[in-house]
Amino acid sequence: MDNGCFSSPRRDFPAGLRVLVVDDDPTWLKILEKMLKKCNYEVTTCCLARHALNLLRERKDGYDIVISDVNMPDMDGFKLLELVGLEMDLPVIMMSVDGETSRVMKGVQHGACDYLLKPIRMKELRNIWQHVFRKRIHEAREFESFESFENIHLMRNGSEQSDDGNLFAVEDVTSTKKRKDADNKHYDKECLDPSSTKKARVVWSVDLHQKFVKAVNQIGFDKVGPKKILDLMNVPWLTRENVASHLQKYRLYLSRIQKENDQRSSSSGMKHSDFPSKDLASFGFQNSVNKQQNDVPVDSYNFSDGSLQPKNVETKSREGEPKGIIPQSTIAEKGRALTGNIADTNMREGFRVSLNQPFVPLESEGNRSVFDCSMPTQYSWTEVPHLQLKEDHKSLVNLGDNFSQLPLQGKQHHIQVDQSQSIASISSTPSITDEEVAACIEPKPLFADYKNDYATSVCSIGNAVVDTFPIQPGSLVMNDQSSEPISTTNSGLKTQGYNNLSSTSDLEIYQRNLLLDEDLHFYWLQGESYNMNFGLQNIGMSEY
Amino acid sequence: MDTNHSRRQLAAMKQSLFDQGLLDEQFIQLEELQDDANPNFVEEIVTLHYRDSSRLISSIEQALKERNLDFNKLDTLMHQFKGSSSSIGAKKVKAECNLFREYCRAGNAEGCMRSFQQLKKEHAALRKKLEAYFQVSRV
Repeated sequence: MDNGCFSSPRRDFPAGLRVLVVDDDPTWLKILEKMLKKCNYEVTTCCLARHALNLLRERKDGYDIVISDVNMPDMDGFKLLELVGLEMDLPVIMMSVDGETSRVMKGVQHGACDYLLKPIRMKELRNIWQHVFRKRIHEAREFESFESFENIHLMRNGSEQSDDGNLFAVEDVTSTKKRKDADNKHYDKECLDPSSTKKARVVWSVDLHQKFVKAVNQIGFDKVGPKKILDLMNVPWLTRENVASHLQKYRLYLSRIQKENDQRSSSSGMKHSDFPSKDLASFGFQNSVNKQQNDVPVDSYNFSDGSLQPKNVETKSREGEPKGIIPQSTIAEKGRALTGNIADTNMREGFRVSLNQPFVPLESEGNRSVFDCSMPTQYSWTEVPHLQLKEDHKSLVNLGDNFSQLPLQGKQHHIQVDQSQSIASISSTPSITDEEVAACIEPKPLFADYKNDYATSVCSIGNAVVDTFPIQPGSLVMNDQSSEPISTTNSGLKTQGYNNLSSTSDLEIYQRNLLLDEDLHFYWLQGESYNMNFGLQNIGMSEY
Repeated sequence: MDTNHSRRQLAAMKQSLFDQGLLDEQFIQLEELQDDANPNFVEEIVTLHYRDSSRLISSIEQALKERNLDFNKLDTLMHQFKGSSSSIGAKKVKAECNLFREYCRAGNAEGCMRSFQQLKKEHAALRKKLEAYFQVSRV
């Protein structure tokens, strides 16, 4: 059978469904292979989990669904389940001869879309295509919402940026999301709790998501797993399943953003040298972060070249450090609106996060002073350890590649960060006083002039934020309702408002929408702003 | 023997295995999978199973020889064994696996030993019967 199914199902779907079977029992492996072939599926068998992962990684779009045994010698089936869900976002079916409720529950919690008991019947296998189909529908819906959000955003382009305006846009998106979410809800939460109904939907607030991002960054994408994230997040009422599904969505979202971004960048004229559409550069910034002290080893996502390759990417490197997740929580916690002018260069530096955004290429222009603030792990809560804003922006410069020439030189942009919460302290920039910050913190025209100092701090923030997921313009929709991952392939911060929007219309949009207000944290009209916000929050402008 | 005769004999043998509770529905499923592409599918599966299960039996035997029984390990091994047995529909063997695991969880070494002996018997008995069965089927 040919292998045509990528995004759209084959005409004779589900025939040709590409199934990967993983089981250490050779007898069952053979039986399942035969059974699946009888269903006209395309089968690949594997007796080792590691081998299966390799196969999956080698051919990212090579399989539609994975069936795996729970008990395997080299790796726990649940672990494989999580990894597959995280890295490839494929539906996974678990199997076991053991049908104990606790085991089945565990499987579901880890994200299994089904749990089959051995001996498995043909009729059970015939129906596995529904999981693939369901996922596709779900993704399509999410994408639609995202698109509508972007449309709204773009429509607002050029209009006076005001909080109201932004809010409006955000609300719009929200409502759209809500509708869609209602549809998708059951997919998201059907496994939430077997005993609960679908009403118990987890709302991924800014705060929660930020914790999530932080946890992910801390763990490192390479090793990330819902359980680990859950443990780090330390949210008692949250289940692993919540985290797993959120993570999946997040990744999915990021990849979508990435694609969008790539398309957008080409039209906007910004050069994004390397961000292949499919890859989520969003996780983290690709360059700038090398200053970070922490390495965010997002191994699985190396976005330096924009491709989402599983790699060991030290955050230090200039390559895409897939930090990806913007510490939303920081923003959420911040009640302060922070608007400031950030020198372009500063901003650039700060936000030189991988982005193929059409955002100012944060070429460090001489304005390195901005980054005299190093951000040590002050963002403890934002988990942006690697956002080190150092004077040496070399790393940032490297990012320049990713940015088309945005003449941010000397331009200063207002960074409107409406932070409902205080910004995390930014250890760096001492020069910025509270006053200054305060002065800046108010809705202002988009690009107010920031002093360098301020810019520095902002930059730091930005950088810090950058650590988070670079948000692609418009792509970042973090609303409470959706657990849509905020994928920002570009270090949103960087490209955010701080940049010369002038260079691209997209930029402008984003710059304008650097609004951080409590409810809007998630509604990053622009990817950047999202990042920005987070960063800012983390930075705790108050420090100045 | 003519084909009809062997077919009837085969049917009788199979029926007997079912009647004695040695095989369950899974065996039928395997037969249904057999087709022109895999004309000896059932036999291949059974052969594969016995190769794998013999290995597991040896491992369990080894583990049972230890002075201090590692019940977790035994339980894990038996879980695998049970999985393998389920592949051909070895009903009685599977039941014995469950018993063994109960003893494991109870930390009952004596029970484990006894259960394992019984299990080996059942395992060997079914194997013989199936070998005979396939011999007739090849006629």
